[in-house]
Amino acid sequence: MEIKATMAGSVWKIAVAQGESVGEGQDVVILESMKMEIPIPADSPGTVKELKVAEGDFVNEGDVIAVIE
Amino acid sequence: MSYLEEFQDRVSKISQGGQAKYHQKNEEKGKLFVRERLRRLFDESMNIEDAFFANCMDESLPSDGVVTGIGKINGQSVCVMANDSTVKAGSWGKRTVEKILRIQETAEKLEIPMIYLVDSAGARITDQVEMFPGRRGAGRIFHNQIKLSGRVPQICLLFGPSAAGGAYIPAFCDIVIMVEGNASMYLGSPRMAEKVIGEKVSLEEMGGAMMHCSVSGVGDVLVKTEQEAIAYTQKYLDYFPKNFREKPTVKDKKGVKQIEKNLADLIPTNQNVPFNMYDLIDQLIDEGSFCEIKKKFAPELITGLARMDGRAVGIIANQPRMKGGVLFPDSADKSAKFVQLCDAFNIPLLFLVDVPGFMIGTKVERAGIIRHGAKMLATMSEATVPKISVIVRKAYGAGLYAMAGPGFEPDCCLALPTAQIAVMGPEAAVNAVYANKIQELPEADRAAFIKEKQEEYKENIDIYRLASEMVIDGVVKPEQLRDELIQRYSLYDSKSVTFTERKHGVYPV
Repeated sequence: MEIKATMAGSVWKIAVAQGESVGEGQDVVILESMKMEIPIPADSPGTVKELKVAEGDFVNEGDVIAVIE
Repeated sequence: MSYLEEFQDRVSKISQGGQAKYHQKNEEKGKLFVRERLRRLFDESMNIEDAFFANCMDESLPSDGVVTGIGKINGQSVCVMANDSTVKAGSWGKRTVEKILRIQETAEKLEIPMIYLVDSAGARITDQVEMFPGRRGAGRIFHNQIKLSGRVPQICLLFGPSAAGGAYIPAFCDIVIMVEGNASMYLGSPRMAEKVIGEKVSLEEMGGAMMHCSVSGVGDVLVKTEQEAIAYTQKYLDYFPKNFREKPTVKDKKGVKQIEKNLADLIPTNQNVPFNMYDLIDQLIDEGSFCEIKKKFAPELITGLARMDGRAVGIIANQPRMKGGVLFPDSADKSAKFVQLCDAFNIPLLFLVDVPGFMIGTKVERAGIIRHGAKMLATMSEATVPKISVIVRKAYGAGLYAMAGPGFEPDCCLALPTAQIAVMGPEAAVNAVYANKIQELPEADRAAFIKEKQEEYKENIDIYRLASEMVIDGVVKPEQLRDELIQRYSLYDSKSVTFTERKHGVYPV
């Protein structure tokens, strides 16, 4: 399952590591946009297969941030 | 056959609807028979039914595929039309349309709510000349709906398809409740889309309940079963008067939901850190009274009906947990429709403000965020019901305006001690004003300079300074907010204002 950016912004913090397991609603990445922290949670539990962004990257709305299996 | 026998034979056949195979098909999809839907919707059974014998000379079209009449919900009489999808897939013939028109006109005369239970394949092509183009054709259904809008509540329960022109029935209702898996809305079916424009798409993807309730916003409430849709309707209607002339009834008071946390601890003082606005709403309203509308659509703004000390109130609240609580074109539309709904039926408004502003950037400008935002401002500005804004934390830029800021005649604008009102936040402001200066400074000195200027800025927009200037009408402790609001809504109850004299505004759309 792909975790996508809900809005345009920069990646402020990556809250999980590759291979780590995450629970439903757990924050995967925190974006910074409009001077606000924008948590991007996992929709369902799984394991982080791939992180597609690094801290400081700009992402557009709909960009894939991580892949959860 | 005697007269009585013929009568009983006809009644019994018509009451059963269409052929058994269609009943079975519906049952497999979890769809109830139209008369069973109505039995569950009303307090008892339907009190009166009109044109039960419509088209009875044709035995294959019992009641011409639609049931119309009046029944009671929560003790209140309501008019209803309900498609029977066991009869020619609920399609509309000449008499079907006439029945719908007549029950709408009854709702208009009696000034009572109009409820649409929709499950229809659309026009009966064989009847098109009689049912489509004329003065009493299907177009008139929408004309009637538009006329009824704001006079009486109009609710659509979407149990099946609502295709082509039929899709406008939900569009003109105050609220559309969709059953996941069965309900759909579309102008052209996937089959037609493939033929005409070459697009290959599934029905769910193009016009399913989930899509409409989360993406297009044409649907308002997504439910799993028909029973759930009926229960939601009963709950929702309880917040409304029967028409625009009356006020909602005040119900028994209830306390708030008890939680272990201190209310003040729920709200972080760092303006940039998210929190869950639902937790604050829970602490302001009567327990279990929240009836949310458009939960899945534009979740950065929460809209819903609730009770405070038994009194109905419509809540519009920024949700910092989603997209930072920033306003987008969709959130602006969501607010505009909800505020109109509450204002039309004399439901007071409560704005809970924690907003960094409207979204910026190419994407939203191209989407017309300015005209969408203008809708949000216009409807809020025009609302003449008791209107209170509470600045929970930040209220930056046009976000303050859109959320019933002081310039838009709220009956009062209150602030929590955590409130911060400004054109923009300290970080953005210092950056905007001192960008060149910061560049000129040696890098080692920059952080200290920025911090100093931010502190200066914060002092300038201090909430007590704004209270001193009477920009806001009061600063309230979070723990006292509920009581303060209850007092104020009770005192503002006699408010009676006409916004302005004119035919109507030229609305931004």
